[in-house]
Amino acid sequence: MRKKASLISTAASVAALLGSVSLASPALAAEEEGAKSIVEQGKEIAFARKKGNCLACHAIEGGELAGTIGPPLVAMKMRYPDKQKLYDQIWDARVKNPHTIMPPFGPHEILTEEEIEKVVEFIYTL
Amino acid sequence: MKKILIAATAALGFASLPAISQASPEQDRQEFVKYFQDRFPDVPFQEFKNGVNAVDEGRREQWEANEEFPPYEFAVDEGGDLFNNTTFPNGKSYADCFDEPVDNIRPQYPYFDTDRGEVVTLELAINECREANGAEPLRWKKGDIAKISAYLGYQARGKKIDVEIPNEEAEKWYERGKNHFYSKRGQLNIACADCHQYHSGQRARANVLSPALGHPTHFPVHRKKWGGLGTLHRRYGGCNRNIRAKPLPAQSAEYRALEYFQAYMSNGLEINAPSSRE
Ligand code: HEC
Ligand code: HEC
Repeated sequence: MRKKASLISTAASVAALLGSVSLASPALAAEEEGAKSIVEQGKEIAFARKKGNCLACHAIEGGELAGTIGPPLVAMKMRYPDKQKLYDQIWDARVKNPHTIMPPFGPHEILTEEEIEKVVEFIYTL
Repeated sequence: MKKILIAATAALGFASLPAISQASPEQDRQEFVKYFQDRFPDVPFQEFKNGVNAVDEGRREQWEANEEFPPYEFAVDEGGDLFNNTTFPNGKSYADCFDEPVDNIRPQYPYFDTDRGEVVTLELAINECREANGAEPLRWKKGDIAKISAYLGYQARGKKIDVEIPNEEAEKWYERGKNHFYSKRGQLNIACADCHQYHSGQRARANVLSPALGHPTHFPVHRKKWGGLGTLHRRYGGCNRNIRAKPLPAQSAEYRALEYFQAYMSNGLEINAPSSRE
């Protein structure tokens, strides 16, 4: 991975965020959030229109109304034995194809490193 | 004579070597048209005036059903009423501003005004007419201005887009619009051309991406999403926003330049404004 991001710090920031909106029971909310697996969190990030919105362009199992601009995301583990390459593709697709329509998620700060790592974990299950 | 020609070509060829070779607008246009004809070999040239409906069977069926009771019908009538029956504070009317018969007004726009040194669009001309005669300008993107524009477009249906680039200054406006069209922009870093040229016909989520060839032919457009008519510049703003770029003001020089470029690319296509879209 690009950055050996400590997931603890992510969990902490999620907790902080939740804490600020849900005053009633921040601890409980954080616990529930923490209960979601990394893969599930990655899926949410990948599907959310305001986050990855990968479905705008890619067919992904479990996603509806997918676009056809990019190739369907299938058999990722087989096609990307090196996970880092998958990370790099999502971080900045311009490295492989300077004219790509795929947004440079990392450099343009559309997703954070941690978010991309989670998306990679999810995509890797496809 | 022949010798001179050869010499001239040689000199030109040489001169263009070090600089980035810049195609003429007419060469650009021919390449542009060829690009879409190669991409959609079954779509006849004139069909591109129908936007997304030219390239997607499902969209076309929906659209044809919509057009049986066109959602813009009343707006066109209201536009006609506004255009023909408005008396400005000084007693003049819209007709006093436009020399052409009513069915030949829209085909004059956009054009490069050589005296003013800028591109004038139909909507700009409508508001300038109002202001010159003591009336308040209309809001730019929807409402009465779109209705009047729709009426003038409807009157001109079947006439062809015929935009000229009369001089070097005009060409600079054209280049500015071309540059906007091909530049990556916004947080998502996507160019108009990425969606409406290189990926036209494909789907972004459930939206089929229309070919840019023909974009200006059918505006203003009535959209379900808008619940009414909107001008071309309203759409530009929406598309800029979708890629998280700051939308520019309607009728800003940048959007007028973009319209000028897009209209020039669509030369020879019939006007069929207004139209209806999702
Ligand atoms: C606006 C369009 C668009 C969006 C949004 C987009 N992609 Fe892509 N993606 C493409 C295109 C087009 C390609 C094909 C390669 C190229 O042109 O760069 C691609 C290629 C890929 C590849 C390589 C596929 C292969 O077969 O090797 C992966 C992996 C990928 N995208 C993942 C993602 C993920 C994950 C997201 C969301 C976080 C995403 N993409 C968002 C357009 C997009
Ligand atoms: C991320 C993709 C994307 C980008 C980038 C984009 N558009 Fe669009 N645009 C769309 C979609 C989706 C629609 C609605 C479907 C269609 O194409 O008619 C649309 C519609 C339009 C329409 C209306 C077509 C019609 O017939 O009603 C125009 C005109 C247009 N875009 C121009 C532009 C211009 C100019 C730019 C750049 C400033 C641009 N678009 C950038 C996706 C995009």
